[in-house]
Amino acid sequence: MYSIDHRDLGTPASTATEEVTLEIDGRRVEVPAGTSIMRAAALAGTQIPKLCATDTLDAFGSCRLCLVEIEGRRGFPASCTTTVTPGMKVRTESPQLLKLRRGVLDLYLSDHPLACETCPADGHCELQSVAAELGVTECSLPSGGATQRGAAADVSNPYFAFDPDTCITCSRCVRACRDVQGTFALSIEGRGFESRVAASQRESFLGSECVSCGACVEACPTAALTEKSRIVQGAPSRVVTTTCAYCGVGCSLKAETNDTGVVRMVPDRAGAANHGHACVKGRFAYGYATHADRVLHPMIRERITDPWREVSWDEALGRAASEFRRIQSAHGPGAVGGITSSRCTNEETFLVQKFVRAALHTNNVDTCARVCHSPTGYGLKSTLGESAGTQNFASVMHADVIVVIGANPTDGHPVFGSQMKRRLRQGAKLIVVDPRAIDIVRSAHVAADVHLQLRPGTNVAMINALAHVVVTEGLASDAYAEARCEVDSWRRWKAFVAEPRNSPEATEAITSVPARLTREAARLYAAGPNSAIYYGLGVTEHSQGSTMVMGIANLAMATGNLGHEGVGVSPLRGQNNVQGSCDMGSFPHEFSGYRHVSDASTRALFENAWQVPLSGEPGLRIPNMFEAALDGSFRGLYVQGEDFVQSDPNTRHVVAALSAMECVVLQDLFLNETSHYAHVFLPGSSFLEKDGTFTNAERRISRVRKVMEPLAGLADWEITLRLAQALGYPMHYGHPAEIMQEIASLTPTFRGVSYEKLDRLGSIQWPCNDAAPEGTPTMHVGAFVRGKGRFIVTEYVATPERTTSRYPLLLTTGRVLFQYNVGAQTRRTANLAWQSEDRLEIHPDDAESRGVGDGEWVGLSSRTGDTVMRAMLSKRMTPGVVYTTFHFPESDANVVTTEYSDWATNCPEYKVTAVEVARLGNPDAWRTRKRDERAARTRPANPVA
Amino acid sequence: MDIERLVAMANDIATFFASEPDSQAGAEQVENHLRRFWEPRMRTAICRHLSEGGAGLSPLALRGVERLAEWRR
Repeated sequence: MYSIDHRDLGTPASTATEEVTLEIDGRRVEVPAGTSIMRAAALAGTQIPKLCATDTLDAFGSCRLCLVEIEGRRGFPASCTTTVTPGMKVRTESPQLLKLRRGVLDLYLSDHPLACETCPADGHCELQSVAAELGVTECSLPSGGATQRGAAADVSNPYFAFDPDTCITCSRCVRACRDVQGTFALSIEGRGFESRVAASQRESFLGSECVSCGACVEACPTAALTEKSRIVQGAPSRVVTTTCAYCGVGCSLKAETNDTGVVRMVPDRAGAANHGHACVKGRFAYGYATHADRVLHPMIRERITDPWREVSWDEALGRAASEFRRIQSAHGPGAVGGITSSRCTNEETFLVQKFVRAALHTNNVDTCARVCHSPTGYGLKSTLGESAGTQNFASVMHADVIVVIGANPTDGHPVFGSQMKRRLRQGAKLIVVDPRAIDIVRSAHVAADVHLQLRPGTNVAMINALAHVVVTEGLASDAYAEARCEVDSWRRWKAFVAEPRNSPEATEAITSVPARLTREAARLYAAGPNSAIYYGLGVTEHSQGSTMVMGIANLAMATGNLGHEGVGVSPLRGQNNVQGSCDMGSFPHEFSGYRHVSDASTRALFENAWQVPLSGEPGLRIPNMFEAALDGSFRGLYVQGEDFVQSDPNTRHVVAALSAMECVVLQDLFLNETSHYAHVFLPGSSFLEKDGTFTNAERRISRVRKVMEPLAGLADWEITLRLAQALGYPMHYGHPAEIMQEIASLTPTFRGVSYEKLDRLGSIQWPCNDAAPEGTPTMHVGAFVRGKGRFIVTEYVATPERTTSRYPLLLTTGRVLFQYNVGAQTRRTANLAWQSEDRLEIHPDDAESRGVGDGEWVGLSSRTGDTVMRAMLSKRMTPGVVYTTFHFPESDANVVTTEYSDWATNCPEYKVTAVEVARLGNPDAWRTRKRDERAARTRPANPVA
Repeated sequence: MDIERLVAMANDIATFFASEPDSQAGAEQVENHLRRFWEPRMRTAICRHLSEGGAGLSPLALRGVERLAEWRR
């Protein structure tokens, strides 16, 4: 069932611009052409009875309840499938219509339990509502006929139950799975009275192809598909609209609550990023917020080998402040620093970087975007002039050719993945550039036209080869490039990519991709006419990450695929507020709005606002901080919501650096892996416990609204305020809205942003200023932000990480649908039902040559370390390449990754590690050794005194 | 700071800027990158390494670091 405050309009909105005037029940109504009578009536305030219709799904016309009378037309057409015409006169109520509707309803009720008072949907059931509206209180048909009743409920899914007893076979769930989610897991099996909703081939919901997005649950008009939380906690009574805290799609969600807490999350149909859809994480996996593992009291300890001691906020903050001051007195201001979190709000990240720059007097501030999308910022700023994606998500619906490079949208960004699949089902072409055959390469009713299954680490050779074809076959948009870009750079780049060494035939030896496929892809992309590139960490997390981002921008400029809908270069950001944390000045070399700290006029602006002198020198990046810690010049760190030990490469190196520090202050929800090396623990707050904003991958700023009070007493922004106060730099804000006011006053791209405007518009895509008071859905229209676009020569340079006879395979890492990043959130939810461990995906040929069977324990070793995990044989892999995730600390996946990083930004090269995989003769001994190693590393395991 | 690591980083930067039209422009870009993105103690360490002979620095990285050292003076 849809959100309790949603007023359903029956059918989707028409996109037509032409208006049609008609008469409904004697009232003049004007709606866009193509609108259904049902929606037109609803917009005019008349709700026509319905059961099979809802405004996220195309009209189906099966329930026969929404019949109307139309003057001059025979019969009783269904208002959901009949569109308006000029001058049409419609009657929605008449004695005859009432009789017909009651007759239809009688049939539904004849096979439906009438025990509403014990039904979990009581009070929010559409069948119940229609019955009340039509004045039907009981079924008039005799009992004893055929019935669907009595079938066993399917409670296999941890989040929702399917009760066939209350199913009216309206097909809304089937259509939601097909049209909204695009998984096609559900169907109506059988005919006539034998019709039943079935998951896959009569499997349980959990065992089926169902991805648990919950679209079916929301579409269900009765209690047939109901959230288990609603069954247990009862009906919700209050709604707060907020923004999801998982991936960079930034879905708008309605948190429905009652006295027991959050009952359920329902995607906001007005959400501009998600249009009423959500995934298993956003809709269901919020239970971590109230998990028993939450730390609710500040804690301190002298040494990392001591047990934790619970203390007051004042004592914990006082300890952190005095330690930072002590270290700075002894070793200088640059001996400390801070990390902002991409999981926290814009306001919170802005405050942390302000705290570091103004209260600690250093630019040693960085963010976890360092290890994911920092090359995006560098590459797009260098070529186009702005460190952000160029489009909104809806732009994909205008794309004719979609290119997915190093991203896995159906797993990593599932709601956008569903939208992309909708466009592909409409006929858009698909090119996938990925070492793995990810799901979108071939899934229900979607198949890639070209899959360039390249060898990890060869992206730049591939983008150069694509560009070579475009340029040498005369497929480039010369007029666009010459008008919109620096002509010298264009000509130089053209000459570079045209060199024979960049041809698909020459690069085939590097990429392993047959030249004919590369040529086919390049021709497809250039033909467009609207070609859009979406990319992820498979682009950025390489030693040539920034080079590849530039290569992508070059290709888009060369073909004129920038500056309007349906085209563009769109990074799919991993975490909810990666874009925002970067925008807010979290990098050590720049203030909010990507302005370098050495710029005297910008610095003066901040100095004047913050009333403190600021350094014009860049600070340390995260990996530099670790290096400086090891040489003794960096000793104190304030970490907001980050788990380096699990997420950063070469775990041993990270652990050594953290162990060398004198004061690590960790602000988090849980005692994560990094907490083993912390001296002060400040209990943070989840997204449900605070106000603020997140900025998603399409630059969309959306409100985060407090649903419940902070469990530990303070929201994260309040903790930073208190810490600054303890250091003698008071910051005066009564509400995050005031922090946003300061951000807007200091950041040109946010100048027009305010909470009032966000509440009024729902969300805003920056830049939002006098030139674009309601935001900017598409960037670089007419001209690039930097003026003329700049082509940059992107020479392919092989990564220093090479396979050898000792390490003959290449490991690449990523994430899966059901888990998220280091798993701190999802591991504390029922998502474990789908994945409860990291596994090593390996091609059957590689497995066979090593004697490895599916599910067997294997050793995974590289030159930096080794670990053990279970193998998963998969033909999605190409021989010679293996894959794993890093969601579970037990797997220690980052023990094997290396310190190689992007030349420009130091973003780690997670995607290329030379490894060997070996079958374990004695798995138990291996696992015991690894467990002991880990225990030694994390000892003592965070006991509280 | 681990000087081997800094040398490797400087060489990586120089490798990218080796595609500039001439070595003068390449060295300028290397210097500019080090000025914009390297924290002062990293710059100090690489300049000290240069003064000790600059072992391991590629020719372009060496010229870039020389320019950096000149700027610092």
